[in-house]
Amino acid sequence: MITIKDVEHVALLARLELSDEEKQMYTKQLNAILEYAQMLNELNTDDIPPTAHVLPLKNVWREDEVGEHLPPEEVLANAPEREGQFFKVPRIV
Amino acid sequence: MTDYETIIGLEVHVELKTKSKIFCPSTTEFGGDPNTHVCPVCLGLPGVLPVLNKKVLEYAIRAALALNCEIAEYSKFDRKNYYYPDLPKNYQISQYDLPLARNGYLNIEVNGQTKRIGITRIHMEEDAGKLIHQGTIATSPYSLVDYNRTGVPLIEIVSEPDMRSPEEARAYLEKLKAIIQYTGVSDCKMEEGSLRCDANVSVRPRGSREFGTKTEIKNMNSFKALQRALAYEVERQIAVLQEGGRIVQETRTWDENKGITLPMRSKEEAHDYRYFPEPDLVPLVIDRQWVEEIRATLPELPDERRNRYIKHYDLPAYDATVLTATKEMADYFEECVALYPNAKAVSNWMMGDLSRLLNAHNMDITRCKVSPRQLTDMLKLMDRGTISGKIAKTVFEEMFATGKDPEQIVQEKGLVQITDEGAIAAVVEEVLAGNAKVVEDYLKGKDRAFGFLVGQVMKATRGKANPELVNRLLKEKLHSS
Ligand SMILES: [Zn+2]
Repeated sequence: MITIKDVEHVALLARLELSDEEKQMYTKQLNAILEYAQMLNELNTDDIPPTAHVLPLKNVWREDEVGEHLPPEEVLANAPEREGQFFKVPRIV
Repeated sequence: MTDYETIIGLEVHVELKTKSKIFCPSTTEFGGDPNTHVCPVCLGLPGVLPVLNKKVLEYAIRAALALNCEIAEYSKFDRKNYYYPDLPKNYQISQYDLPLARNGYLNIEVNGQTKRIGITRIHMEEDAGKLIHQGTIATSPYSLVDYNRTGVPLIEIVSEPDMRSPEEARAYLEKLKAIIQYTGVSDCKMEEGSLRCDANVSVRPRGSREFGTKTEIKNMNSFKALQRALAYEVERQIAVLQEGGRIVQETRTWDENKGITLPMRSKEEAHDYRYFPEPDLVPLVIDRQWVEEIRATLPELPDERRNRYIKHYDLPAYDATVLTATKEMADYFEECVALYPNAKAVSNWMMGDLSRLLNAHNMDITRCKVSPRQLTDMLKLMDRGTISGKIAKTVFEEMFATGKDPEQIVQEKGLVQITDEGAIAAVVEEVLAGNAKVVEDYLKGKDRAFGFLVGQVMKATRGKANPELVNRLLKEKLHSS
């Protein structure tokens, strides 16, 4: 059961600011989603090994070779703020 | 007063020396202009897919085998979620419940005894970028971010809480560094950040089975800092407990200048990383044959090399341990003994004058101007009697400073040993004549007087007189007078 406290905690971790109405709404919605997902628990999985990935693939890798870098103007094209060639962000902590 | 026992475990991050990053083809080269060693993948742009660099896996297996770990048959990557601008994706790709390797160990020497320190696990992950602040982090109004280091491959090596003192922790880290360096997968330079160490520290009343509350110590950038920080933290915790206080579980940072640890404000309300499997990377099923192939290419490691030095070169265990502590030191030693068979003489010079000068100049042996050939040429000059042991010290300092050949230094400075008996005898006569009182003391049985007279002869010959001749001639003259 998701409580309003859980919603507040997750919102904080995700840096989301929620109004009281939103907190109420998401508490309800998240509970509904989890309740729906509860159906999965009805399956008998005794003989099923745990799944780490949904695709039947393994060992996909590349050789150790250096490729192209993005030009600085493109690197910073979407930066809300920059200083020289640095991204500029609010101080955290 | 209660006697306390210290419990230390270390978490060590090592940057792997691949050419490209762990999940993208950007270069891992150190430095570079800000944000030039980046591509859409390591910038975390939407729609990109990470692909594992096979060399990272190979290097990580190599390091894990050298640390006596079991390599997992099945391993996977996970997302460690946290909001901090040093990673542009808001998560770090790491490994959580199925790390690459587990159950390893390494041996350290404590007071002449071998002690085994367990290694809980080794996993692969991506490094984070660098935040730059104007002034201090506390006063700077904003952070500047450079993502060049983001995605550089790391392995994290987590030890068991097996260390019982700051000295043991230091010995563990030094040994870990040596082993990883021997395998060639990392430079392990603490000053460049390619070897980083955090420590978990707690204390408990001796005899107690339960662990005390631990603190995590960060920001220790040298072996010395590690030892000092841990020593401080242990003292601090014991003082708190003795005053009836309680240890708060927290992360603390080492302040090198003040010599104290301070609580850090946490990045996150109660570290809640919400790990989940990384859907963009598929699992690893690690081929046993490949693991054995990697094992077969492991070089001789520090412990084996140390034992070989004891057996083959007949060196004391202490010498062998010091000489094999870094691969470079051991390689240097072996180059020397290939040119000059007296291993103990080489060892004495390397552990004595050479190490002293390296430490004084804060250098490692790779930057030493004295080549193994030059050092052994100097030893040969001593054997031939061209220079005395005392003069050799002067020659060596000059070699260290200039990189010149020992023969040239001896020539230029006129340091050839005086072995002419007549010449020394004349000086001995002079010294005896000028120090009648001391001679009297000696004859009355004051042995120290003899040393003084030897010193006077050496001084008069500027250290060049052959010491054995000086001793013999002095004795002869004194006893015939
Ligand atoms: Zn990249």
